[in-house]
Amino acid sequence: MLGEKAIREIVGRVLARSQVDETEVLFFGLEERLTRFANNIIHQNVAETDAGVVVRAAVGRRTGVGVTNDLSDAGLERALEMAIRAARLQPEDPNYPGLPDPVPVEPVAAFDERTAAYTPDDRARDVAQVCRRAEEAGVNASGAFRTAVHEFAVANSHGVFVYHPTTIADLTTVVMTDDSAGYAAGSSWKVAEVDVVALGEEAIGKALRGRNPRPLEPGVYPVVLEPYAVGDIVDFIAGMAGGMAVAEGRSWMTGREEGEPVATPAVSIWDDGRDPAGWPLPFDFEGMPRQRVDVIREGRVGSPVYDRRWAAITGKTPTGHALPAANPFSPWMTASAGPLPFHPMMGAGEYTVEEMIAATDYGLYVTRFHYTRVVHPRRAVVTGMTRDGVFLIERGEITVPVRNLRFTQSYVEALANVEMVGRRVHCERPDFTVVRAPALKISAFHFTGATEF
Amino acid sequence: MKELTDLALDTARLRGATYADIRIVRRLTQQVEVRNGAVSHLAETETRGFGVRVVADGAWGFAASSTLTREEVERVAAEAVRIARASATALREPVDLGPPEVHVDTYRTPFQIDPFAVPVEEKIGLLLAADEAMRRVPGVQVARGAVVAWRENKTFASTEGSYIEQEIVETGGGIVAYAVDEQDMQQRSYPNSFARDQRTGGWEIVLAMDLPGNAERIAQEAVALLTADPCPAMVTTLILGPTQLALQVHESCGHPTELDRVFGSEAAYAGTSFLTPDKLGVFRYGSPIVNLTADATIPGGLGTFGYDDEGMPAQRVPLVREGIFVGYLSSRETAVRLARLRGLDPTQARSGGAMRASGWDRIPLVRMTNINLEPGEWTFEDLIADTDEGIYMEMNRSWSIDDKRLNFQFGTEIAYEIRRGKMVRLLKNALYTGMTPQFWGSCDAICNADYWRVWGTPNCGKGQPIQIAHTGHGAAPARFRNVQVGSKA
Repeated sequence: MLGEKAIREIVGRVLARSQVDETEVLFFGLEERLTRFANNIIHQNVAETDAGVVVRAAVGRRTGVGVTNDLSDAGLERALEMAIRAARLQPEDPNYPGLPDPVPVEPVAAFDERTAAYTPDDRARDVAQVCRRAEEAGVNASGAFRTAVHEFAVANSHGVFVYHPTTIADLTTVVMTDDSAGYAAGSSWKVAEVDVVALGEEAIGKALRGRNPRPLEPGVYPVVLEPYAVGDIVDFIAGMAGGMAVAEGRSWMTGREEGEPVATPAVSIWDDGRDPAGWPLPFDFEGMPRQRVDVIREGRVGSPVYDRRWAAITGKTPTGHALPAANPFSPWMTASAGPLPFHPMMGAGEYTVEEMIAATDYGLYVTRFHYTRVVHPRRAVVTGMTRDGVFLIERGEITVPVRNLRFTQSYVEALANVEMVGRRVHCERPDFTVVRAPALKISAFHFTGATEF
Repeated sequence: MKELTDLALDTARLRGATYADIRIVRRLTQQVEVRNGAVSHLAETETRGFGVRVVADGAWGFAASSTLTREEVERVAAEAVRIARASATALREPVDLGPPEVHVDTYRTPFQIDPFAVPVEEKIGLLLAADEAMRRVPGVQVARGAVVAWRENKTFASTEGSYIEQEIVETGGGIVAYAVDEQDMQQRSYPNSFARDQRTGGWEIVLAMDLPGNAERIAQEAVALLTADPCPAMVTTLILGPTQLALQVHESCGHPTELDRVFGSEAAYAGTSFLTPDKLGVFRYGSPIVNLTADATIPGGLGTFGYDDEGMPAQRVPLVREGIFVGYLSSRETAVRLARLRGLDPTQARSGGAMRASGWDRIPLVRMTNINLEPGEWTFEDLIADTDEGIYMEMNRSWSIDDKRLNFQFGTEIAYEIRRGKMVRLLKNALYTGMTPQFWGSCDAICNADYWRVWGTPNCGKGQPIQIAHTGHGAAPARFRNVQVGSKA
């Protein structure tokens, strides 16, 4: 970990050398350690240290980008030269909004010393407990336990400098028998809040309950979805709320007016990068403060999220959702993809999962979704599989496990059929984003195929 | 370079490693993207670093860093050993890599035109010409295009004595048109989905695509799709075009033959496989005309190289022969494990050379090389003419498959109804679904080598932390009987 002072010095070296009209320097640093287990043993155990800069140079309305993880003077000079050379080769970009001036950004704590100092031995000890309990139960545990430190900074030639250090701890585990599987996962920026043993027990219990699954005909069923499955819906619904996708006609929000009913009133989905209960990152990759944006507010269409470019194109107000000009950590999440929410969340309701099951006469209890892909973005139709625990609910009780099913379902229509919202919100970090979701009871969900297990 | 590799290997040995290897990698990428008449992204990215992989106390450890100094190499090599020792606290059997592999060699991707030597202005001009042609078609809301150049220089050294230097050069490009009306959005891509096709080789790959020459056609197709009928739901004959078939091969043959998945190493993330070892040599995967190979030696594939990332030479490995499942993608460790499981001599076990890492900062995993459906005997024209009733689908739009790689559903950009040997009606939102062995078992015709080529998939995700691999897939159009098709939108 380099720390704010060293990073300020590195980005300052680039800014001091640049002679073009405007220059932006993003700093990405990570120390990431991950212990992976399968068949009740640790089979992969890795550590990575990386730090780099993304330099965006503007010559008038022409911009270019240079990226390097060589932080020597020569390396930084090369990145700057790459950016300037690229900028000079470009035609004018009439929609380039220029770089922003400084705006106050209130820091949000998201760094935990204990998580940063977690060692391979610490992770091995925790993972070994899951493996041992799985061995005792006669099942097969696999998963990954990660602890990491990330550092982000944004600086530009107009005087912007913001810095945010953060830690991550997350565990995912899949426990299998010959004919069943169970899943559990948890994520926090404090390792102490990831209860590895409890998550292991949850997955073991689910796998044991899922033995001898029965085949079930595809069809339309009421469902109780665990937060893991709902997280996929929330991630997708919020992920299509980028101002560019909406403006270009590629989103479920396209053509819908703000305030128009779209879901049951119990459904609210928003993005809040400053919420300390998630994985806060208080500024976007132009250095602008992140604002809370309601994507669905009490069942009605809310607002898209914007960076400065798409706010200017569409005549809206920026909301602090700019992606980086290039992204060394997640190369597919860059500014050319438009603004995106990083911290989507569905608000909690008032029901326990047990109450949802009790309120279901005949339906399915689903742990999570697998390999979900968009079939039609405008209609929010998604296909995917169930995975790691599907059970039949009969007369208010879980009765038998069933084999996995394929669904092809409009997520927007699913939200219009929500009957009950869970009171507990679960946090997971599927990729560069963090998603928080409760359990849901939905009156109709379209299952369109079945598999053999 | 040799000084640093020796230092890493010596440090690991001194700390107690019984095996160690190091990869030092420098990668340069250049991306140019245009969108609706403007350059939306122009970036050059350099990443460099090294990863040290060790076996100590019988367990694996891996550490990587972007700082290429003697001090950091020593620190990282020592950390890898420390991590291995922590891994050993939850270990059942020590790692066995089989007989030593010693190779001292160099490999370079052959190409005609260095993609980094082509002026950026020329690349922008090419993309803008295609962009303009797409946007001239009324109804096109968004036009996008991209070209990519990629050069990776990597040095591999191991305590067994290997020292291998490689330079891999990839070039890719593509365009996509989005047509939008009040109710719908349709897209058409060329030459492959997700804005690009990519292969090993030089700028000649992009020139051969003729992006401007195909721009108006795909734009017109995107607009026409807005008013096309949706694909009807039915069980019928399905003919898949080559790019869609390439992805079908990737998902339903490539992934389930990865031996680490079979042994459960990927269970928590991507899943496992229905192709369990008891099926090897006896399971009917497809019809007798189905032959699938993993071939890292063919020219131009994204899975073409000299050596994999644990120093094994590139190989051609049969996976399915005349419809029978006969082979896996493997590593040194998994090859030994498979031999033991099958009662064979583990000292004779040899990796198929499929260990690949997405960069210096990732541990190698069993990955696809070029997974190819070998060509058949038909011409495409004869195949259509021979089909009385069915659907032709091409170019992937969505893809999903279960975690054992059995139940799949693919959506495509464009489809045509076939009647009495002719493509008679444009259809939209077409998708098909099935179970892998039944689907391949229904394959009754594959087009010949004139219609076969290798396609690139530069976005294959696997592993934790995630690794994005570049894989190749050779395919020609093929016909499948009794397939469930439809649309859902």
